[in-house]
Amino acid sequence: MTVHFIVHDESDSVGVVVVEGVKAGTRLNGWIMDQDRMIEFEAKSDIPIGHKLAIKPIKAGDTIIKYGVDIGRAVADIAPGEHLHVHNVKTKRW
Amino acid sequence: MGIDLKSASFEGWRRENGRMGVRNHVIILPVDDLSNAAAEAVANNIKGAMAIPHAYGRLQFGADLELHFRTLIGTGTNPNVAAVVVIGIEPGWTGRVVEGIAKSGKPVEGFAIEQNGDINTIANASRAAYKMVKHASRLKKTRADVVELWVSTKCGESDTTSGLASCPTVGNAFDKLWENGNTLVFGETSELTGGEHLVAARCRTPEIREKFMAMFDRYQRVIAANKTNDLSESQPTKGNIEGGLTTIEEKALGNIQKIGKKCLVDGVLDKAETPTHPGLWFMDSSSAAAEMVTLCAAAGFAVHFFPTGQGNVIGNPILPVIKITANPRTMRTMSEHIDVDVTGILQKRMNMDEAGEALLDCMLRTANGELTAAEVLGHREFSLTRLYESA
Repeated sequence: MTVHFIVHDESDSVGVVVVEGVKAGTRLNGWIMDQDRMIEFEAKSDIPIGHKLAIKPIKAGDTIIKYGVDIGRAVADIAPGEHLHVHNVKTKRW
Repeated sequence: MGIDLKSASFEGWRRENGRMGVRNHVIILPVDDLSNAAAEAVANNIKGAMAIPHAYGRLQFGADLELHFRTLIGTGTNPNVAAVVVIGIEPGWTGRVVEGIAKSGKPVEGFAIEQNGDINTIANASRAAYKMVKHASRLKKTRADVVELWVSTKCGESDTTSGLASCPTVGNAFDKLWENGNTLVFGETSELTGGEHLVAARCRTPEIREKFMAMFDRYQRVIAANKTNDLSESQPTKGNIEGGLTTIEEKALGNIQKIGKKCLVDGVLDKAETPTHPGLWFMDSSSAAAEMVTLCAAAGFAVHFFPTGQGNVIGNPILPVIKITANPRTMRTMSEHIDVDVTGILQKRMNMDEAGEALLDCMLRTANGELTAAEVLGHREFSLTRLYESA
């Protein structure tokens, strides 16, 4: 079975697409690495390889969690399955 | 069953100062930008000699000048180098670099261009290089334990697959090498931003932690004083963003996977400083690939682990750079740059332990003389770090 996206830890708000050609509507198999568990998800956007999708509902201002750690803040609402990147998430540091 | 690092060994060159090298270069080292032409002419005359041109060395002063000398002397002293010809525009600073390298005991000679001109300098330096290449080619390899191999790491053109797989592969190998008693280094000060607390927690003593945090905080002040935006497209780079990395925090958390799960930080180095005992060292350094790898070479490291996501093509004149990628698109489009393919991790076809073993196997092959992708492709990026303007 192809792994379409990977989540580092089950507490994370995002997964990483690890195959080329994911389009909106694609059914995705996700692997939660730390807990070694599979989940299923539907992509709501076209998502390039290496880019992230939200796996939880996110509101503007929410902290984004990856590796179980804060990686920045949402600047727009993001629905599960949507592309999450520089257009809707910014650093808290610089 | 994995590689037993305690019983494994490699064949390299034991240098006059006792260090083991895995390459046998004769280098023509310019002290300054003005001497690049003469250095390149010597390397063209003498087959087996390699010029290492660079952009700096004039009117530098203070700590920036000290770093310049430390980097050049460290490069000449590196155990992958058998002998050195130094060429500078004038004899004073040329002599300083020669004296610094001579402390290692290896053959080194200096030549100054003023009052000689390029043509006489090239002739005299070529005769010295001729003798050095003959000398180096007579040196016999000797066998040594893996513990004598100094290994550095720095990643580049990272993407999300770096944090998922290629950086943890280095971490797996570093954990094993650290337990074996090897001398290791990582750095990239600004690129720990968002994960600095995790590195601080791994420092062996409060003194090491304090020194690390002082270096981290100093770098943050440089960025705060000079930034014109949130550094998006610089750190993370445009390539990082194309690869899916969104913020510096996300990039940092991937980056620090390279120090594994067990290693403790045993010491802290300023740029291009040489470790004084085995263990894992943090070196204050730029996150720009060529600058950081140049500093590792100057610190005396003999093999380098370089995880990449989008496909950074970097090499170094004297330090073999082993590239590791987990990105299947990079593997499909630019496989000639990759030494260790760990794309299998992302499809559960390879576990982290197997990936770490594949890297250690490549490390041993490289130490025994197999050329890395970057060496075969002629990548010799040598980039000096500057601290501020010249006078």
